[in-house]
Amino acid sequence: MISGVACMSDKNILDTKRRRFLRTLAGLIGGIGGAVSTWPFIKMMSPSARAQAAGAPVEVDLSRIELGGMIREEWRGKPVWIVRRTPEMLESLDTSESHLRDPVSDFSEQPEYTKNSHRSIKPEYLVLVGVCTHLGCSPTFRPDIAPEDLGSHWPGGFFCACHGSRFDLAGRVYHSVPAPRNLEVPPYRFVSADRIVVGESGEENA
Amino acid sequence: MTEKAGGLIGWIDERFPLTRLWNDHLAKYYAPKNFNLWYFFGSLALLVLVMQILTGIFLTMHYKPDAALAFASVEYIMRDVEWGWLIRYMHSTGASAFFIIIYLHMFRGLMYGSFKKPRELLWLVGMFIYLTLMAEAFMGYLLPWGQMSYWGAQVIINLFGAIPYIGPDLAVWIRGDYVVSDATLNRFFAFHVIALPLVLVGLVFIHIMALHEVGSNNPDGVEIKKNKNSDGNPRDGIPFHPYYTVKDIVGAVVFLLLFTIVVFYIPEMGGYFLEHNNFIEANPLLTPEHISPLWYFTPFYTVLRAIPDPWYGVLAMMASIAVLFFLPWIDHNPVKSVRYRSFLYKLNLAFFVIAFFYLGYLGTLAVNPVRTEMAVRFSELYFLFFFVLWVYNKRRTATFYIGCFVSVVGLITLYDYLRGYDEIWPLIVPGWTIPAVYLAIHLLLPMIKRLGSDKPVPDRVRM
Repeated sequence: MISGVACMSDKNILDTKRRRFLRTLAGLIGGIGGAVSTWPFIKMMSPSARAQAAGAPVEVDLSRIELGGMIREEWRGKPVWIVRRTPEMLESLDTSESHLRDPVSDFSEQPEYTKNSHRSIKPEYLVLVGVCTHLGCSPTFRPDIAPEDLGSHWPGGFFCACHGSRFDLAGRVYHSVPAPRNLEVPPYRFVSADRIVVGESGEENA
Repeated sequence: MTEKAGGLIGWIDERFPLTRLWNDHLAKYYAPKNFNLWYFFGSLALLVLVMQILTGIFLTMHYKPDAALAFASVEYIMRDVEWGWLIRYMHSTGASAFFIIIYLHMFRGLMYGSFKKPRELLWLVGMFIYLTLMAEAFMGYLLPWGQMSYWGAQVIINLFGAIPYIGPDLAVWIRGDYVVSDATLNRFFAFHVIALPLVLVGLVFIHIMALHEVGSNNPDGVEIKKNKNSDGNPRDGIPFHPYYTVKDIVGAVVFLLLFTIVVFYIPEMGGYFLEHNNFIEANPLLTPEHISPLWYFTPFYTVLRAIPDPWYGVLAMMASIAVLFFLPWIDHNPVKSVRYRSFLYKLNLAFFVIAFFYLGYLGTLAVNPVRTEMAVRFSELYFLFFFVLWVYNKRRTATFYIGCFVSVVGLITLYDYLRGYDEIWPLIVPGWTIPAVYLAIHLLLPMIKRLGSDKPVPDRVRM
């Protein structure tokens, strides 16, 4: 009887090692479960199917752009510009280079395949997001050379009336204007010789 | 208080600590007897919080969180809803009043060393309240869906887009769309009316609990708990109720007088409380000529604009807020109150106030090269204030003062050399004198003992 009591109390001694193991395991599994369950909440804040559809790639026919002209498209609620540059316009890019803040686009946003001197896949066609990198205004297309308001050195480009930022005909930003970076180039690819899709990178470029 | 109350109170006390809570936090909670005007702002902040929640609830009864309807629903509240104009102006004026009160409350803490041991946690909780309040105000400002609401949100969300690698995706996630849109408005509404107010109320509760654990500081920076009478109550303390409840009611009446003058006669405050552009409905394709945030964000906005690179600008702006969190560990000089600090400490504090106001003023203006240069210089002063605060923790050797002066001026000169180019040299060179003179005053003059020494702190508070 006495030994029986001793045996009972032996069994009642706390197995701290086992308890710690169970506590850690329960905490770990509960923690993982808790962490995983945040996923639906986080994902619920991402763009919905409807918002994504509205942000779908846009196909553009380039043949309707006259030489030296520009058309505007809308992609993801932002204006996208497509300029068909003349050879003279492309030449002006070299002369403006010394006045630029980021001539080789190191600090600017563009797909890797447009990180070149003309900032496009084909030199003739320039595709840009028409939103100033300063505070999001939409600049105007000013291809006219040396107009009165922009000075006799203006070789043609884009001018933002909001805060006076200037960009050349490849969307590259000038020195000493508020905009910090060149205009953004959206991802795009050619589906045929004169049709592009804005919002998708081509496989040969990816 | 051993005797038990009878009747209804007694019945409740057996089931809920009503009398105990009343005594612990009001009737037998001892606060220093030497509070001055600066000690109104805690209770006023609580008053404005209650007012914002109350007016906010009634505004949601008529407001529509929908990009197509939001702007018109606010105009509807202003024109057709009975008393809608009053409740809406109380809410919009209340937002600015909240920040005025909080800034004065924070400055009180800075001035009297209320963040110092043992009140570090109290200060930290307060900083989290401030941060939550900024998020609450920012999200609330999108709801009227005016031009400034829209483009302000566009600019601020784009700040997150400047974070390397994850930035662009993070900005899309915050907006729930590729541009600020209906999805953004809807979620900001959810955060503004339920999520953040809950966090705010919870943090305020923790703030008050932490305060009542350590007790209030006071204009003399003397710990009143170190000097107790035979009853165990501080000799320099008086029960919060009725003494300070009555005092705070006077403060509330004066505040409400000023508040109602603004609500009734100048609710827009010349474009500072409600910006002119916000009376035009949001138009995603037309940017206003000039975008600026509301006045309470502008000091930090100027720090952001002082740096050309957006990511470093965002870092500098975050640092200008984050540095306040570390205040208890930057300034741990044993003398708490400004009253017993050195002349140069007082001067430094005055410079900080000037820098903060001037940064705020610059943030409301459009940029030009001169203002950008001033933004850089006053941002430097803003951060240097904290450095000087650290230097003033104790008396230093002459070598230390001179070493600090030479190295900091050297760093500023190096930064100027790196950022300078042809057109802006004529601005940089005179601009350089601003931090240089400031540093000469604050790092070289302390060698004159009379200017740099703190004074002895009395044992008891002075009345």
